[in-house]
Amino acid sequence: MTVDLPIPSAVSPLAETPAASCGSCTLHNAANLKRLGLHVDGCDAVVALAGNPNTGKSTVFNALTGLRQHVGNWPGTTVSRAEGGFSLGGSAYKVVDLPGTYSLLSNSRDEDVARDFLLFGDPDVTVVVVDATRLERNLNLVLQVLQVTGRVVVALNLMDEARRHGIEVDVRHLSRELGVPVVPMAARRGEGVPELLGRIADMTSGETRVRPRRQQALAPVVARAVDELAGQLSAEFPGLANARWVALRLLEGDAGTERAVRDGSLGDLARQQTARIAS
Amino acid sequence: MSSDTVLGTAERLRATLPKDFGDGVVSSIYQDADRITRHSVSTHGEQGRPALDQVLDRALTHRVWGFVVMGALFFGVFWFTITGAAVPSDLLYDLLVANGHAWVRDGFTAVGAPWWVTGLVVDGMYLGTAWVIAVMLPPMAIFFPLFTLLEDFGYLPRVAFNLDRLYARAGAHGKQALTMMMGFGCNAAGVTATRIIDSPRERLIAIITNNFSICNGRWPTLILMSTVFVGALAPPGVAGLVAAGTVVTVAVLGIVTTLVVSWFLSRTVLRGETSVYSLELPPYRPPQVMRTIYTSLIDRTLKVLVRAVVMAAPAGAVIWLLSNVTVGDSSLAAHAVSALDASGWLLGLNGIVLLAYVVAIPANEIIIPTILMLTLTLGPVVAPGASAGVMLDVPDATAGAVLIGAGGWTLLTAVNLMLFSMLHNPCSTTMLTIWRETRSVKWTATATFLPLGLACLVTASTAAVWRAFS
Repeated sequence: MTVDLPIPSAVSPLAETPAASCGSCTLHNAANLKRLGLHVDGCDAVVALAGNPNTGKSTVFNALTGLRQHVGNWPGTTVSRAEGGFSLGGSAYKVVDLPGTYSLLSNSRDEDVARDFLLFGDPDVTVVVVDATRLERNLNLVLQVLQVTGRVVVALNLMDEARRHGIEVDVRHLSRELGVPVVPMAARRGEGVPELLGRIADMTSGETRVRPRRQQALAPVVARAVDELAGQLSAEFPGLANARWVALRLLEGDAGTERAVRDGSLGDLARQQTARIAS
Repeated sequence: MSSDTVLGTAERLRATLPKDFGDGVVSSIYQDADRITRHSVSTHGEQGRPALDQVLDRALTHRVWGFVVMGALFFGVFWFTITGAAVPSDLLYDLLVANGHAWVRDGFTAVGAPWWVTGLVVDGMYLGTAWVIAVMLPPMAIFFPLFTLLEDFGYLPRVAFNLDRLYARAGAHGKQALTMMMGFGCNAAGVTATRIIDSPRERLIAIITNNFSICNGRWPTLILMSTVFVGALAPPGVAGLVAAGTVVTVAVLGIVTTLVVSWFLSRTVLRGETSVYSLELPPYRPPQVMRTIYTSLIDRTLKVLVRAVVMAAPAGAVIWLLSNVTVGDSSLAAHAVSALDASGWLLGLNGIVLLAYVVAIPANEIIIPTILMLTLTLGPVVAPGASAGVMLDVPDATAGAVLIGAGGWTLLTAVNLMLFSMLHNPCSTTMLTIWRETRSVKWTATATFLPLGLACLVTASTAAVWRAFS
């Protein structure tokens, strides 16, 4: 792939038709971004926005969709999920802004919304928005999301604040550790939005190879139980992409997951995931 | 094999595991996160939060100074709103109500519209809408951007932090302070926001008491009453300050009521333990002033105004019909008002106010316009409320002149209207939201009638005490 650097032309700097190679450049694509607001019927891909409270999910959502979801500087501004859309490179994307959550393991109602959607909504791409100034606590959620789905892009938001606080993040290292793309951003100023769009597009088209970090040091007795149950789940629901995570939830006696096994929604999920791999 | 086998296996295996194995799973994730962070983050310069943030937090969440700053900030916001809104309010009144009404009326007469069309459309719908815009637009256009700037800066969670101790003592959840702050914008939004509270008991307390946060629709009522009736008692130089102080006092009374009712509920029907939780104080962020002003004008001011106008036009039509359809020797409105006058007097209000509250159940925003229109149509038939208390004299025209001149309002009417406005039942949108969130007729009814009962009790006692001493 060759990307020509745009050379400013003295003759007609504005009336140039873009060269063919521009099509593969994220910045060019971002310029072609069409914010669809609420018109999201018949989308090609679903993008979920997850993250801890007050990391700027709604700001990222607004930057992508052109909507003006209320943004507040406090945790808990979004308690139900908001939807919007954008179109990029000929594909229409639906964006779902989920309520902020510290973990996928707890039980409050706003956090349920996020967890259920990530598991059963089976989004094509999950963007986890993290606060660069509080990386450790935010990574707890990222690691949990990675157990549910590997199609994750980490939006390392609030980089402007991190800089102000003298915090530096090694983005490449972080990306290697997590096994998924990491995009540094300052969504309030629009920094990193084109790059994020590019990563979302690459992830949807299957161009990005992910190796989501999943190994988890479990006590031997727990690991054995998870292995056995996950094996049985995979036999029962062929194609289920996150059998080990579901197994762990069942071992913990999580009522929502038990219900999903019983009423067949887990079976639907497995079939959907199989179809995605086949296509 | 079936799903039951899977669940059976899960149960069998669970029995082989230690009870707290979940803790091990969680702590292994934490260790992982810690390790990755140590390897990818480097901090230079001073560690952690900047010095300014720490100084600000020490001042804004101080046991004593926190409350002083809180009072001063809200006082400043209202003072700015009241002084700033006076001039544009008068201009809008002149343009839309005094002159605009006559022009539109002339236009209708010129094209030969029948009298009842002119009445319904011009004297009903147009006038109702014009009053709403003249009374509400200026204060809202100043108040909402200021409030949003405070929110954007990160101040509101500090308020929640300050109030947390009080909520814990009232047996309520600390996060209720956050949902209460949301209620200051809109009670329906505040009720939805209670989803952040995990315990059903504490969530119900938060839902029932959210009504005592003065919402968008009620700020203008308070601001108008404070300006016209209380501010006018003070020398002109400090009238704005006194009026702002009055609004803050009523808002603080609302918070006190929230605490008292929460305490009462948690000691009676909703008994239980107070949950422990952690509240994260977000960093202070320099507000993006122009952006905030723009979005709060579009999102809040315009949205509330549109809602008010949408409600005001049909309400105006209803008021016109009530005033012009006659049964026997007087209009429906006159019948209703004279029927309600006795209870109105008991509450230190009058029949017109009570009728207005019935008409305005869909939206609190249209209370003042409804009262104004009814007072103008029915004139000074409302005597009882006027006999007690001090008569006030305000020279300028507009709302104050109508209420005092034609309605015979006194300081007592104004004070009780403010108290009633702060306490009374939620608007129909909020009621619907409460039902949707609780799915319970019982709790929706409680959340509706408990405030209404409290409003009647408080205003009736105030009126009785007032009359005893004057």
